[in-house]
Amino acid sequence: MQFGLSESQQMLKDNARKFFAGECPMEEVRRLMETETAYDPALWAKMAEQGYTGIIFAEEYGGVGLGKVELALLMEEAGRALVPGPLFSTVAFAGAMIDAVASPEHKKKYLAPICAGDARSTVAFLEADASWNPADIHIAAANGALSGAKLFVPDAAVADFIVVIARNGIFAVAAKAPGMRITPMLGMDLTRKLYRIEFQNTPAEKIGDVSALAKGFDVATTALVCELVGGMQRTLDITVEYAKMRKQFGKPIGMFQAVQHQCADMYLETESSRSAAYYAAWALEENAPDASVSVSIAKMYASDAARNVGNRGIQVHGGMGFTWENDVHLYYRRAKSSETAFGDSTFHRERIAWLVIDADERLAKSA
Amino acid sequence: MDLNLTPEETKFRDELRSWLEANVPKDWGEWREKPLEESFPYLRAWQRKLYEGGWAAVSWPKEYGGRGATLMEQSLFWEEMARVEAPPMANSLGLGLIGPTIIAYGTDEQKKRFIPKILSAEEIWCQGFSEPNAGSDLAALQTEARLDGDHYVVNGQKVWTSYGWIGNWCELVVRTDSNVPKHKGLSVLLIDMKSPGVEVRPLKQMTGESEFNEIFFRDVRVPVANLLGKVNDGWNVAVSTLMYERGSYGARLHLIFKRAITRLIELSDKFQKDGHPAAQDPITRQKLAQCYAEIEIMRWNQLRAFSRVTATGVPGPEGSIQKIFWSELNQRLQQIAQEMFGAYGQLLAGDKDAVDNGIWSYGYLRTRGNTIEAGTSEVQRNIIGHFVLGLPRSY
Repeated sequence: MQFGLSESQQMLKDNARKFFAGECPMEEVRRLMETETAYDPALWAKMAEQGYTGIIFAEEYGGVGLGKVELALLMEEAGRALVPGPLFSTVAFAGAMIDAVASPEHKKKYLAPICAGDARSTVAFLEADASWNPADIHIAAANGALSGAKLFVPDAAVADFIVVIARNGIFAVAAKAPGMRITPMLGMDLTRKLYRIEFQNTPAEKIGDVSALAKGFDVATTALVCELVGGMQRTLDITVEYAKMRKQFGKPIGMFQAVQHQCADMYLETESSRSAAYYAAWALEENAPDASVSVSIAKMYASDAARNVGNRGIQVHGGMGFTWENDVHLYYRRAKSSETAFGDSTFHRERIAWLVIDADERLAKSA
Repeated sequence: MDLNLTPEETKFRDELRSWLEANVPKDWGEWREKPLEESFPYLRAWQRKLYEGGWAAVSWPKEYGGRGATLMEQSLFWEEMARVEAPPMANSLGLGLIGPTIIAYGTDEQKKRFIPKILSAEEIWCQGFSEPNAGSDLAALQTEARLDGDHYVVNGQKVWTSYGWIGNWCELVVRTDSNVPKHKGLSVLLIDMKSPGVEVRPLKQMTGESEFNEIFFRDVRVPVANLLGKVNDGWNVAVSTLMYERGSYGARLHLIFKRAITRLIELSDKFQKDGHPAAQDPITRQKLAQCYAEIEIMRWNQLRAFSRVTATGVPGPEGSIQKIFWSELNQRLQQIAQEMFGAYGQLLAGDKDAVDNGIWSYGYLRTRGNTIEAGTSEVQRNIIGHFVLGLPRSY
């Protein structure tokens, strides 16, 4: 048993960190977040060149064919760098969903352009009641067309096609399809733009069944948790650095236990989130029996931990932490959008309860 | 990253599993509730059996009677022991903390003299570290050892000593030089508890039991040959013992906690909230799920730490995370139990309505000590702040 990274996994992680530090430093993040879509075609082309857009997809579709742990490490570094734009939406959400539900023909049609860097995508899941429970989805396709509204869709404006979760199937809709209107929603996270999509008799191609959705949901959720882990680590690093440098009462503030203990708790929550995220990624890769429950454990814990780490990080920074100039709030904003995405901690605790507490009862009933 | 067992680990586990199936005593349930004074010979016999089977100290090097087990195998050992609800070993401090320290710092003579009897439980060990005025600030301890010919003469007082009442030997940290900074004047002595001038008194704790003792030393003469490590290098010797404490302590807890949450989930069908079983109460469900999740995370944290230690070779200050995590989690677990049981939660063993014969009311009180013993949560956070994050020392 070995819960450390292998040499090639460590190398992938180190390379990703170097790549994002070089190609997407904080000045670039700040420049992109002020643009309408936070998307940079040049950066996208470079990520595709690195193989990031095809990291977990099979080689027959032009992917790299790596596993969920490797995806986890890439997303951790993307989260640490706060990379703006549709990397998560395209690869970890839409791509993972297509990979989980679609036929080889559909994968060839939709995954291959993603792997090649030619297409960006996203998933339209939530509706007006903002529930992540698939049972609450109302939109249904009729005669090969969709009508209704989807909300909180990340990066929809730059997607070449959109994966839509409907009651009676999972569909792909082309960006230029008639009867589709995309309008921005003004989310707190400036690096990940959200949109409202209205469909009016919009042609849609069915690519899979809703019953196969869970695996795609779990992979995307785990990838998002890994982004949070990267963000927490960066927040911790910035904060510790500041606590060593900032002096009050003639001493670095990091010498005071009230400050040290905040930092210690940030470290504890960051490391614990990372353990849970890596375990979930491994369990998904191995199709372990506890894969779904471990995904929910990771999302439940990290949703709260990322917010706590942000709270502590801002507090330790004092007045500086409250300024626009300081980077901590950018991670704090991301933490908030990711906290609710794929269900917050309350949602996942109930999912854990359903999987763990109710399991005996279901077994008894089915016997 | 591969969380499947290696063929060697599987072999280790299977061998242990079949040995335990054949040898674990079936009547531990009848002894468990009895006072330790009564059950001690039973625990001694159980350790003797493990020793004869070669399982008493799996982590120790083979040449000293161990198996040279990796950290993962040690973790499997404790999991398997917990799985079959094996009794604890009589000489747990000797095996877990003091033996490894003697192996690391002892002379050949000392190893030959002490190690075999630690393994066989012929000699029980206790640990004389804390003092009334030296708890978290351990290095401020005042028990003094004055050199007199080929003996040290020891005077002072120790407190919170587990197994003091039954201990044959004690790993004692003493001050051998009071004219140097506090960390630099300490030494470690191995003391025969039958020496004239040693007095052991029980220390009654808030649960009503006496797990711990106070020990008084009045002109106790200890041969210089019983110095462990170099004179005035006692701080390093003591810290190495504490590292073993933090490293091995958490490994066995996962299954114990898992058993507790499984029992709480079972009981959530029986206790009522607002006219429904607690299992259907949304708030109870949230709390049980949170606790279940944290128990799993505790294990994943531990497995990651083991892998890191295996890679780097030394137990590091990251062990402080495990200590904070398990101790605070255990308190939350007990709190959830109390909330579910309501008024019944307070009933003590002996009351016919006590839940599970009072283990939960006992646990509620006992776990208050978890965030204090083996290094307080505050000290662990100082350790993370300074030794892990590199913040300047606060004291």
